[in-house]
Amino acid sequence: MGQTLAEKIFSRHCGKTVHAGDFILADLDLVMAHDTTCAWALEPFYQIATKVFDPKKIFIPFDHAFPSPNVAMSKLQAEIRKFAEEQGIPISFEGVCHQVMSERLINPGDLVLGADSHSPTGGGVGALTIGVGSTDAAIAMATGKAWFRVPETIRIDITGQLPRGSYSKDVVLAVAREMGADGANYRVIEYGGETVEQFNVPARLTLTNMSAEMGAKAAIVAPDQQTSAYLQENDRLIAFDALRSDADARFERVLRFDVSNLKPMIACPPDIDNDVPVEEVQAEKVVVDQVFIGSCTNCRIDDLEVVYRMWKGRRLKEGLRVIVTPASRKVYLQALQRGYVEEFMKMGAVVSSPGCGPCLGRAGGVLYDNEVCVSTSNRNFEGRMGSPKARIFLASPATAAASALTGYITDPRPFVN
Amino acid sequence: MNWKFGDNINTDLITPGRYNITTDPRELAKACFIEYRPEFSKQVKAGDFVIAGENFGCGSSRETAPVSLKHSNIRAVIAKSYARIFFRNAINLGLLCMIADTDGIDESDELELDVAAQVLRNRTKGIEISIKIPSMMLRLYQEGGIIPYLKKHGLSALTDLEKF
Repeated sequence: MGQTLAEKIFSRHCGKTVHAGDFILADLDLVMAHDTTCAWALEPFYQIATKVFDPKKIFIPFDHAFPSPNVAMSKLQAEIRKFAEEQGIPISFEGVCHQVMSERLINPGDLVLGADSHSPTGGGVGALTIGVGSTDAAIAMATGKAWFRVPETIRIDITGQLPRGSYSKDVVLAVAREMGADGANYRVIEYGGETVEQFNVPARLTLTNMSAEMGAKAAIVAPDQQTSAYLQENDRLIAFDALRSDADARFERVLRFDVSNLKPMIACPPDIDNDVPVEEVQAEKVVVDQVFIGSCTNCRIDDLEVVYRMWKGRRLKEGLRVIVTPASRKVYLQALQRGYVEEFMKMGAVVSSPGCGPCLGRAGGVLYDNEVCVSTSNRNFEGRMGSPKARIFLASPATAAASALTGYITDPRPFVN
Repeated sequence: MNWKFGDNINTDLITPGRYNITTDPRELAKACFIEYRPEFSKQVKAGDFVIAGENFGCGSSRETAPVSLKHSNIRAVIAKSYARIFFRNAINLGLLCMIADTDGIDESDELELDVAAQVLRNRTKGIEISIKIPSMMLRLYQEGGIIPYLKKHGLSALTDLEKF
C-alpha cells in the first residue's frame, strides 16, 4: 500500500514504515515553546529532567506578549529566561514563532513539535509541524521525542486562476466554510492542485496556518521549486528530497475547489466557518473601529505589498485605528527598505514591533465593548481580542486595507489595480 | 450539579488570553469560564460534571484551559467530541474527558460515573448511558497524568505508551 506524504515523514522519524492508525514514538527535528506555553512547560520539565536533549533543537521565541505588557507577564518571561540561560538556549525576539521558524528553521521533510495551536503553519515549507500543549513540549525538550497516532490525510485540490482581489486567505476561508471548525480534527490536510503549485511559500503558509481552525493536526504542501525558491530567498541553500504522496496512497477524503470565480471572503463572528463573500457584509455597512493587519496568518512582505499598492495615493478613514504588525523582524526590515513603513506611518497607521500583536487580546490593540475589528488573523472567537462584546471579522490583507480606507467592511476589488 | 455547554467551546472561553498570566493552577481555576459563565468558578463543587457538545476545547493550545478545569475539581468532562490538542493535554494532565451522547443530560440531573464499567448513570432520569474513555487516557488518569507516570517509571517508559 502506498503512503501519504505525512505517513512518509512519520516513517522517517520512527524508523519503520507506518500508516494511518499506527501509534508511534517519533524523533523530533525541532521543539518550540513560546513566552506563554514555555512558562507552563518548566515545572513538568524539571520533574522529569535536568538537561534538555539538545539545546540547538529547541526554539524559544518571545512573541505572544513581547515587549512585556505587564508585571505578571514579565515574571513569566523572567522564569523562561532563567531556564533558557541554564540550558544554553538563546531566546528569539524576532517576531511570530511560526513565521521565524518558516524563514530560518523548518526544513522540508522535518517533524516539528510546537507548543502553539497554529503550528501547522510550517507545513507550508513541506514539513510536518504539529501543535501540542506545554506538557508535551516539556517531555519533548527532555527527550527529543513525542508520541503520535499517525493521522489520516484529507487531500484538498485547488484549481483555477484566482480572480483579481482574491488571495490565498480567501481560498482558505472558502475551504473552512466547507470543512467546518472540526472538519479536519485529528487529520492532516494536504493541499495540492495547480493553484497551490503556483502559490509561493508565503501564500501557502496562510493555507496551512488556517488549517488549525478546522482542527487539523498538521497541514502540508509537498515541497517543490517554490519551496526551493523560498529557502534561497531566506539564504538557506539546502537540498531536500521532493517527497510527495504515492499515487496509491490512501486519503480519507479528497475535496476539490475551483477558485476561478472566488469572491473575497470574510469570516463573521464568532466562528471561523461562518464565511460569506465580503460584498454581502458590505451591504450592511458595518462600521469598523479597528483594522489589524498582522499575525502568523497574514503579515508577510507580500501581504504588505498588497496593502501598500492599495493605499498609495489614498487616505485612511479619519479616526480609525489601523495597526500594522509585521510578522517578523525580517518582514519589518523589508517593509522599511521598500518604504512601506514610512508611507503607512505618514498615512496615520500604527506600525508596531514584530510579534503576535493584538491577535490574542493581550496588548497593543485590545478591543472594548461593541467595537468592530477587521483582522487578517485567524480567530474571531468571542473575547479573543478583548471584550467578549467586541466583534472580530477575519479577512485578507486586501479586505482589511479596503476597510481601512472607507471605515466600513469593504470589498477590496475596486481598490486593487 | 452539571455545567452544560454547547458545541465548539473554545479555550479562549475557558481561560481567556489575558488571564493566562500565572502558572498557579488555583489562580487559573478562578479564571475558568470567567467571562462566558462568571458564576462557574464561584459555585463549582468538587465532583461536578462539565457537559458539552461537539469539538470541546477547540482553538488555542493553551494548557491553562484543562488545568483550570482540573483544579476546579470537577469529576470529569463529558462531551460528544473534543478538539485534539485539548484532548491530548487532558490525557497528559490526567483530566478525565469522556465521549458520550450528552443531549439528554440536564444541569440538575444527578449523575453517577462508573469508570470501570464505562457507564454513566443518570439517577434523575433513571437511564444509563455508555461512555467511551480511551485506554491511554484511563491509564494515565490512574497514574495521575503523564509526568507522575514518567517520574515513577523513568523516561524510557515513553515507549510503553503504545501498549496502553
